[in-house]
Amino acid sequence: MLTLVAILVDGVIYSSWLFIVSAGLTLIFGVMKILNIAHGGLYALGAYTAVSAIGSYFAGGYPPLASYALLLLVAVVVGLVFGLLIERGVLRLMYGRDEIVIVLVTYGVFLIIEDAIKVIWGASPYYASQPYGLLGRVQISGLAFSVYDLGLIALASVTGALLWWGLNRTRNGKLLLAVIHDREISAAMGVDVRRVFTVTFVIGAMLGALGGAFTAPTTSVVPSIGVELIVLAFAVVVIGGLGSIEGAAIGALVVGISRASSVHLLPEAELFVIYGVMSLVLAFRPQGLFRRVVARKI
Amino acid sequence: MRGPAVAIGLPFLLFCGLIAAGFLMPGWLRFITLIALAKGLVVLSLMLLMRAGLVSFGQGLYYGLGAYAAGLGVNLLKVTEALALLALGVAVAGAVAWVLGFLLTRYREIFFAMLSLAFSMILYGLLVKSSALGSTDGFNLPTPTFLGFAFAGTAARHALFVLTASVAFAAALLLHRYLGSTRGYLGEAIRENEIRVEYLGASVRGALHVKYVLSAALAGAGGALTAVATGHIDPDLAYWTTSGEFVFVAILSGTGSVAAPFLGSFVFEMIRTYAFAYSPNTWQMVVGATMLLVIIFMPGGLWSLFRRRPRLVTRS
Repeated sequence: MLTLVAILVDGVIYSSWLFIVSAGLTLIFGVMKILNIAHGGLYALGAYTAVSAIGSYFAGGYPPLASYALLLLVAVVVGLVFGLLIERGVLRLMYGRDEIVIVLVTYGVFLIIEDAIKVIWGASPYYASQPYGLLGRVQISGLAFSVYDLGLIALASVTGALLWWGLNRTRNGKLLLAVIHDREISAAMGVDVRRVFTVTFVIGAMLGALGGAFTAPTTSVVPSIGVELIVLAFAVVVIGGLGSIEGAAIGALVVGISRASSVHLLPEAELFVIYGVMSLVLAFRPQGLFRRVVARKI
Repeated sequence: MRGPAVAIGLPFLLFCGLIAAGFLMPGWLRFITLIALAKGLVVLSLMLLMRAGLVSFGQGLYYGLGAYAAGLGVNLLKVTEALALLALGVAVAGAVAWVLGFLLTRYREIFFAMLSLAFSMILYGLLVKSSALGSTDGFNLPTPTFLGFAFAGTAARHALFVLTASVAFAAALLLHRYLGSTRGYLGEAIRENEIRVEYLGASVRGALHVKYVLSAALAGAGGALTAVATGHIDPDLAYWTTSGEFVFVAILSGTGSVAAPFLGSFVFEMIRTYAFAYSPNTWQMVVGATMLLVIIFMPGGLWSLFRRRPRLVTRS
C-alpha cells in the first residue's frame, strides 16, 4: 500500500514535469511538423539560466517567496530570446525541406547550444535548491513529500488548462488549430502561417525553458540534462500521438507512472521500461494514442 | 556507355590504392581512416534504407549489437578469429533485425524513425544496467587473430586496416550490384509511391523487410569492426546521439553512390578530429555548425560535387 502511494505520487510528480516539457515539443510538431531536438537545449538553457538567476537573487537578499516568479520570468525570457533566434535565424531557411532534414537541423542547433552552455557555465554541476527547501514537506498517508514537487503538479495542471483554453476558446488558438489541421488551406484562407509558426515556436520554447527552470531547484544541473531529457520527451509525445496536447498529458502520465513503478519495484529496468512501453504502444497504435488518421496519398 | 572493365576496374584500383596508402600513412591517420571505413558501413546501411524512403534514428542499435556480439564472442565464447567475430556481429544484428522487421516495416517517415530510436534506447537501457557487461564503462577486448595468424603491434594494426578496407570494399561492391538489380530499384519505387508498387504485384513490406535486414547486417559489421579496431566497447555505441551522428553523415554524404558514405564518413571523422584537437570544449559546436552549413548549401550532400552535369548534346 505504501509503495502504491509512493509510486502514484512520484509518478504524477514526474509526469507533471514531463508534461510541461513535452507539451512544447508536441505543440511545435503539431503546427510546424518539426520534431525539435533543440527542445532539449532550450530545456537546459532554462535550467542553467534559472540556476544563475536564483543564485544572484538569493545572494541579494530579496524576499525568498518571489523567487518562483523569477523562475517563470526566466522561462519567458529564455523562450522568447532563443525561440526567436532559432526560428528566425535557422528554421526559417529550412521550411519546405524534408522532415528528417529539419530534424537534423534542430540536432545541429542542439549541439551548438550544448557547447555554448559548456563555454558559459563550464562542466561542473550547479545547485539552486533554495526555492525547493523553502516550502518544506507534507505527509501523505505516512510518506513525506516535498511541497515544491506537489506544486509542480499544480503548475503542470495550470499550464495544461491554459493551453487548452488558449487553443479552443480564443480566436488565435482556433487559427492555430486550423494551421495544424491543414497548413495550405489556412494560408489560402488568409492566415499568416509564418507568423503562426513564429508564435508557436516561441511558446513551445517557453514551455521547454519552463520545464528546465522549475527542474533546476530539484536537482544538480549538469551539461547532460538536455540529452537525457529529449529522448524521454520523444517517448512521451510519440506515445500520446505527435501533435496532440491531450496526448502529451496521457503520454506523460504513462511514462511517469511506469518509470515510478520501475524505480520502486525494479530499479534495473528504469530506462528499459520507458522505451518498452513506447514500443508497445506503437505496436498497437502506430500513430500514438491520440492522433487522427492521415489519408494516404495515391 | 562505359564497359564492365571500367566499372569493376576503377573501384578495384581505388581499393588497391587505399590498401597501399594504409601502409604509408602515419598511425593516427590510418586509425581515423579505419574508423571512417567501419562507420562508413553503418552510413551505407542508412543509405540503403534512405533510398527506400526510410530514415532510421536508431541504427546505433545494430552498431551496438554488432560491437557487443564481437566483444562477447572474444570474452565469453573465446573466439579469437577476426573474421569469425565479424560474422558473429553480422549474424546477431541480422537476426534481431529480422524479428523487429515484422513490426518496423509497418511504419513510415517520422514513426519509423521514432520506433527505431525506441528500440536502440531499449538496448542502451539494458546495457547501462547490466553490470556483467561493465554497465556504462563497457569492457575491453584483446587483439584478435587474422585467418589464424596472431600479429602483434604495428603488424596487427596493418592487418586490421586491410581487413576493414576489404570488408568495406566487398560490401560496397555487393550493395552496388544489389541496388542496380530489380529488387534494388524497388526501393526507389517504394519511396515514390507504395500503392503503385503493390498494384504492380510486388510486396512492399516484403521488400522493405529484406532491405531492413540487409541494412542491419551492414551496421552490425561496422559495429564489430569498430569493436575489434578500438579494442573497447561501451553502451554509448547504441545511444541516440550515435545514431543521430550516422544520419547526419548519411545526409552529408548524399545517396548518389555506394562510395559516398565512405567519403562522407572520412570527411566527418577528419572534421571531428581537428575540431577536437583545436577546440576541445567546442567541438560539438563545430560539428553542429558544419551540419547546418552542409544542409543549407549542399542539399545533395558531398557526392553532388562529383556528379557530372547532364550533357545537352550526346555524341554517338
